[in-house]
Amino acid sequence: MHKKTAFEQIFQIKGGDFINAGEPSIKIRNILKDIGIDADIIRRVAITAYEAEMNVVMYGQRGTMKLLVTPEKIVLHIQDKGQGIEDIELAMKPGFTTATEEMREMGFGAGMGLPNIKKNADRFNIRSTIGQGTKLRITFKVK
Amino acid sequence: MTLDKIKELLNCRVLYGSHKLQLDVKSAKASDLMSDVLRFSGPAKLLLTGLTNIQVIRTCDIAGICAIIFVRDKIPTAETIELSKKCDIAVLVSNFSMFESCGILYSNGIKGVTIQSIKQ
Ligand SMILES: Nc1ncnc2c1ncn2[C@@H]1O[C@H](COP(=O)(O)OP(=O)(O)O)[C@@H](O)[C@H]1O
Ligand SMILES: [Mg+2]
Repeated sequence: MHKKTAFEQIFQIKGGDFINAGEPSIKIRNILKDIGIDADIIRRVAITAYEAEMNVVMYGQRGTMKLLVTPEKIVLHIQDKGQGIEDIELAMKPGFTTATEEMREMGFGAGMGLPNIKKNADRFNIRSTIGQGTKLRITFKVK
Repeated sequence: MTLDKIKELLNCRVLYGSHKLQLDVKSAKASDLMSDVLRFSGPAKLLLTGLTNIQVIRTCDIAGICAIIFVRDKIPTAETIELSKKCDIAVLVSNFSMFESCGILYSNGIKGVTIQSIKQ
């Protein structure tokens, strides 16, 4: 990638849409492949994007995911207009979930999404306001 | 071991991907939890699962899995098969249970993916 170039794209996420969910994350994966990002970083970004996207689909009602790529880093901004998270520390605990029975039947609700995101990211920031929504900022260093 | 051999061992039907039966499979994962599949995404190319909704395919696509075996005769939805074609992920169905399928593959030399074997 040329030194000064930066790539940016925003994807819409629709809450409750379990059919199309994941498409933005796969598009992001493909964009990073085209740019020629290291395969291990792509894998981490893709897993993270998908976990964050599914959280918007399940709990966020509607939201966006922005991909920013610079020569130094890849940043994912995910924000939604959902119910928000009451206790972020609790939500970050492996195994904690408020997923419905229906979501669990689809294989979601392991309570591992946020921990997975944190583990795969170089930097992870989460902010949430009850009744207003949740914002995630996830950064990956590009070697 | 080839996917073709696994197909024989587990008495599978191929719903998509007969062109992928020469795929070399050394390790596999088995789970009914999407986050598990994403979390322990080591070198495994094969997933055994009882989940058949469309998100299984997207999860596998993200995790780099190229073949799925649906256990205990679970037939995936039409949408699921459609997407597997688009992503070129092989889809097989076995009438064995999850436990039996894993046992048969393990005793034939297919390895699991342990947390320790993945570099963090
Ligand atoms: N975007 C969000 N909006 C509201 N609540 C959320 C959001 N993301 C996560 N949560 C809350 O945090 C919990 C844990 O999330 P996560 O670790 O991804 O596990 P899971 O999605 O399996 O429940 C969720 O069950 C939910 O209560
Ligand atoms: Mg989640």
